[in-house]
Amino acid sequence: MKINAVLTLIFTLAFFHASGQVKKSTKGTFALTNATIETVTKGKVSGTLIISEGKITALGSSVNIPSGANVIDCKGMYIYPGMIDGGTQLGIVEVSSVSLTDDSDELGELTPHMEAITAFNTSATAVSVTRVDGITTTLVVPQGGLFPGTASLVNLVGYTPEQIYAGFKGVVLNFPGAGRRGFWDRRTDEELKKEEEKALKQLNEVWTEALYYVQVTDAAAKDPAIKVASNPEMARLAEVIRGKMTLLIETNKATDIESAIKWAQDKKIPKVVLTGVAEGWRVAEKIAKSGFPVITGPIIALPTRESDYYDKAYANPGLMAKAGVKVAIRTNDQENVRNLPFHAGFAAAYGMSKEDALKSVTIVPAEIFGVADKLGSLEVGKLANIMVTTGDPLEPKTQIKYLFIDGWIVPLDSRHIQLYEEFLNRSPGLKK
Amino acid sequence: MFRILHILYLLFLVCFAHAQVTKGSLLIKNGTILTVTKGNMENADLLVENGKITKMGKGLVAPAGTQTIDATGKFIMPGIIDAHSHIGIDVVNEASRPSTADVWVGDALDPLDLSVYRALAGGVTASHAMHGSANAIGGECETIKHRYGTLNPEEMRMEGAPRTIKFALGENPMRVHGEGNRIVPATRMGVEQIFRKGFEDAKAYMTAWDMYEKEKIKNPAAVKPVYNKRHETMAEILKGNIIIHCHSYRSDEILMLLNVCKDYQIKRLVFQHTNEGFKVAPELAAYGAMASVFADWWAYKFEVYYSTAYNAAILTKNGVVTSINSDSEEYIRHLYHEAAKTQRYGSLSDEEALALITINPAKQLGIDQRVGSLEIGKDGDIAIFDGHPLSIYAVPQYTIVDGIVRFNRSKDAADQRLQASATRAETGFFLHKEQHNHDRCLEGAYENTVSFFGLERE
Repeated sequence: MKINAVLTLIFTLAFFHASGQVKKSTKGTFALTNATIETVTKGKVSGTLIISEGKITALGSSVNIPSGANVIDCKGMYIYPGMIDGGTQLGIVEVSSVSLTDDSDELGELTPHMEAITAFNTSATAVSVTRVDGITTTLVVPQGGLFPGTASLVNLVGYTPEQIYAGFKGVVLNFPGAGRRGFWDRRTDEELKKEEEKALKQLNEVWTEALYYVQVTDAAAKDPAIKVASNPEMARLAEVIRGKMTLLIETNKATDIESAIKWAQDKKIPKVVLTGVAEGWRVAEKIAKSGFPVITGPIIALPTRESDYYDKAYANPGLMAKAGVKVAIRTNDQENVRNLPFHAGFAAAYGMSKEDALKSVTIVPAEIFGVADKLGSLEVGKLANIMVTTGDPLEPKTQIKYLFIDGWIVPLDSRHIQLYEEFLNRSPGLKK
Repeated sequence: MFRILHILYLLFLVCFAHAQVTKGSLLIKNGTILTVTKGNMENADLLVENGKITKMGKGLVAPAGTQTIDATGKFIMPGIIDAHSHIGIDVVNEASRPSTADVWVGDALDPLDLSVYRALAGGVTASHAMHGSANAIGGECETIKHRYGTLNPEEMRMEGAPRTIKFALGENPMRVHGEGNRIVPATRMGVEQIFRKGFEDAKAYMTAWDMYEKEKIKNPAAVKPVYNKRHETMAEILKGNIIIHCHSYRSDEILMLLNVCKDYQIKRLVFQHTNEGFKVAPELAAYGAMASVFADWWAYKFEVYYSTAYNAAILTKNGVVTSINSDSEEYIRHLYHEAAKTQRYGSLSDEEALALITINPAKQLGIDQRVGSLEIGKDGDIAIFDGHPLSIYAVPQYTIVDGIVRFNRSKDAADQRLQASATRAETGFFLHKEQHNHDRCLEGAYENTVSFFGLERE
């Protein structure tokens, strides 16, 4: 026990100060001992969790600590899986009002081949600001236009697209809708309706073309005499039609959600996820019947209509879950993705069970993205995306003590923390 | 007959102008009282009579017929106060000049604004309805109580609250006037001179009036100086009768205004937003200037790129009277949660965190003798939660203003609109694209600006 404590101390000093002032992520074999382990999928366990080769290799009350393991005594602490935000612009928007730092929105209505991960700045200040709060994985979502591009799931450690890619991509469709976008949106109801019809017509034309592209390329695969010109837009949509890629349909107004469901069913799209879904509670039964999973958020938001009860945005995930919808939660934020646990917390305060709220930012998004074999819970064989906390991660008071992403122990450092350290007791102070 | 009618009409006007504020009595039983200033009381009762807190303790008895709320297992805290918002008014910016000290938000109160009800649903009983940040010197603001249900704008005012005025530094006045209208200020240097000129003009104006008053004694034909509302307001700031609330982000501009105020011996100064207040916390504390900040907003524009969520904690620990504000009709609904973030970012105690949204904003608005804590003699402005208000799972259950229950989670109907309004007729679907509307401070500025390059809204 005493030796463990000493080892922990030496180890702590070693990995944070190994390279002078710069704090770097490091990899190794770790034993997190004496912790309460919240697996999310298999209940609560007291004991030890072993991380080796980037993966969780053992967990339980009687676990052998491998020789040479770095032991971290987690007495009184809790281990949770890292949280997953199912929709953000983190890394592709640095300062939203400075347009040249906004890489989320390419020109044009039909740009499904734009890769969000290409523009992800792995060194963006907001990346470390986000992960120190236990968010280890985010979906990076392009925006604007009908088909704005392809979203990617990333782990928030690493310096290249290959290092951060977490195994899921999806094509984004902003489903035509009739909602206003802010107090400054002064379009009349008629104008909105017209624009919606025009966009729906455009969507159907694009889809017809994509189906045709699938036929032509299928034929070309059998007959080398058929040459198909390069068409990256259609090639990407073809992947959706062939079921190789998920279609993420962004839709929020009740009637739009219904048309989106009908459209996706009519087109027999193999893999569909509904995103946004602000008014999901109005049509929750219909969503449940469709079987399409939902990524909803922000939760800490205003109701969509003045006549609605004030708490409808908070209650939306719980009401959908109650109807049988599979619900993941997102922030849809960029610099404040760190608030993800609080969005889940508000969902819990206003009707969702605490258990489901935690799942909505861990195992549920992992399942929706088809990466539940690697992410979303603490199980042997999964990637070590882990946070060690002083308590319930959805509570603001809780502190994160250790953080592992993809098996790397990540220093709990960010510009926000550095500024705190520099300015809490400023030097020189008032007098120089 | 005519005379009687005339008198009746005058009486009516007087009644209207001095609207009687509705006050109530009620007994809250058996809850945990978080006084904020004098510790906590377990299983305690609180009595409000005719709008004022008259008793706190165990086993209180109220006169027969007094409304009683059973607060068993619940938490009772002072009504939350937002030192920076734009709710309850139907215009924010008079963005036509770099100085508009002559206008007053109190002329544009809107009792129909549903945001006031939604703020009550977050336990907020009073807010500072502010002019926007388009101008270096904006208009006077109004401290309102959330007496939602009244149709009389007069009843929204917090009677007796000190006058306040909005100043603004940095990007907003620079964009609206410098970039937009090609007039000074286009830089932070220009912003400084707007204040200095404003105060110099006010001093000259006061001198002219003083000379006239003296001259008048010996010369009945003395000519009055021309009345100027803008100079009048600036003069009242110099006399200490108006508190400056200044929109600010960067530490250099904060120091600039501190120096201007030093030069003109202005003491009553509150910085708003103050994202880089943490860098100059010792200077703010030494001067006695206060700071009202966001819990964690940053990076939405360049001047807030070097912010930290630890701002409120650093300011508090350096002795600056600090509050957390919303500047948003959405964030005002969960200021208790915004305050709780200071426990993650800087480990503030429960009492320190709650002070950020109660007694501290009350001090900043000069109303701390009336509200901001649960003490005998203070207004019966109270929020009751089903859990500790700093927990993520806590839900406000009742919000009480002047002893009257204005929000009751278990009883209120879903649709709380008072009536359709010409300016807020929206009943259809309305998706708030961003959950925090960072530009509310600039609302109304666009229409007044000739060429707003780079800022054309979608």
